[in-house]
Amino acid sequence: MSWWALLALAAAAYGLKASGLIVLGPRAAGGRALRLTALLPAALLPALVVVNTFAGDQRLVLDARAAGLAVAVFATWRRAPFVVVVVAAAVTTALVRAVS
Amino acid sequence: MSGADRVDGVDGPGDARGSRDAHGSGDARDPDDRHLPARVRRDIWVLGAAVGVFGASFGVLATTAGLTVAQACVMSVLVFTGASQFAVVGVLEAGGSLGSAFGSALLLAARNAAYGVAMAPTLSRLSLGRRLLAAQIVIDETTALAMAQPGRTAREQAFWTTGLAVFVCWNIGTVLGAVAGDAIGDPEALGLDAAFPAGFVALAVPHLGSRQGKVAAVCGAVIALVLIPLAPAGVPIVAAALGVVPAVLFGGTPDAGGDTRASRDGEPGDAEAAGGPGTDAGGNGR
Repeated sequence: MSWWALLALAAAAYGLKASGLIVLGPRAAGGRALRLTALLPAALLPALVVVNTFAGDQRLVLDARAAGLAVAVFATWRRAPFVVVVVAAAVTTALVRAVS
Repeated sequence: MSGADRVDGVDGPGDARGSRDAHGSGDARDPDDRHLPARVRRDIWVLGAAVGVFGASFGVLATTAGLTVAQACVMSVLVFTGASQFAVVGVLEAGGSLGSAFGSALLLAARNAAYGVAMAPTLSRLSLGRRLLAAQIVIDETTALAMAQPGRTAREQAFWTTGLAVFVCWNIGTVLGAVAGDAIGDPEALGLDAAFPAGFVALAVPHLGSRQGKVAAVCGAVIALVLIPLAPAGVPIVAAALGVVPAVLFGGTPDAGGDTRASRDGEPGDAEAAGGPGTDAGGNGR
C-alpha cells in the first residue's frame, strides 16, 4: 500500500467525520435527522457485536466467540461491572477454545 | 433534541438557570450540569484496554497484509476508525484490490458522519478549532458513551475521556502488534477477540432503555445477521443503521431523541455500582 493511498484514506475518513460534526450536524439541530442519528448507537452497537461474533469470511459461524458473547450478555443482564463483563467473556472464549 | 435547544439559549452561568427553567426543566439538579461519575471514567479506561487488544490484532494483521510498521501506525493515528482499518487490511490480505479495500473502508466510515450529526449539539459550544480536533475522535465508542449520559456536561466529558482512552490505547496496541506481533502470542488463545464485542454489549445497554432503542437494536442486529452471508464485509454493519427507521416509525413516542436516554449514569454495566435509582429507564420522567 503506497503512502499516497494511505493519506488519501485518512483524508477521506476524516472528511466523513468532520462533515457530520461540523457541516451537517449544526444544520440538523432539533430536526428529524437528529432524532434518527441519536438512535444510531442503539442500532449499530448490536450490529457490531453480531458481526464481530458470528461473521467469518462472509458466512455465519458459531464458535467459541458465541460462548463469550452469551456470558457477556448474561453478566450485563446481572448488572456486573464493566470489567467483569469484558474479562468473563474473554476467559469463557479462551476456555471453550482450549477444550475444543 | 431538547438539550440542544436549552443550552443554545444559555449565554453565561448567570442566566443558565432561568433559561433552563423557562424550558420546563425546573430541576435543581439540572442534568446538564452533572459531571461524569468517576466510576464511568474508570470503565472508560477498561474499554480502552479492550480496544488496545483490538489495536494489537490490527497491527499484526496490517503487517501480515503487507503494510510497513510505520504505515500501520500512521493509519491508526490518522484514519482512526477501527472497523474501516480492519476492512482495508482484511481486503488487501485476501488479495483484493485497493479500490475494493477503500470501498468497504469508506462505507464503514460513513457511519461516523452520522455520529457527527448526533454529537454536533453536544459539542456546538466549542471553537471551530476544537471541533476540528473533536471530529477525529467521532467514532462508535465516543458517541455511544457520550449519548448515554443524561446531560450536556457529562456528555462532553464522556466524549473527550473516551476519545483520549481509545486513541491512546488503540495506537499503543497498533505499535505493539505491528512491531512484536509474533512475540505477543496468539490473542485468540486468550479469548481476547471476545473482549471487544463483550464491551460493546455493555455499551449498548444505556441505549436500550426506550422502546425506540429496543426496536432499533433488534432491527440492527437482525439486519446485520441476515446480511453477513449475503453481502461483502462492511455492508452488514452499514445496513444495520437502517434499523433506526422502523424504530422511529413504530417505536412509539419520539422521546428517545437523546435527552431521555435510559440510564442516567449511562454506563456499561454500571448498575450495581450506581447504588441509586434511575439506573435503568429512570431517566427524565418516564
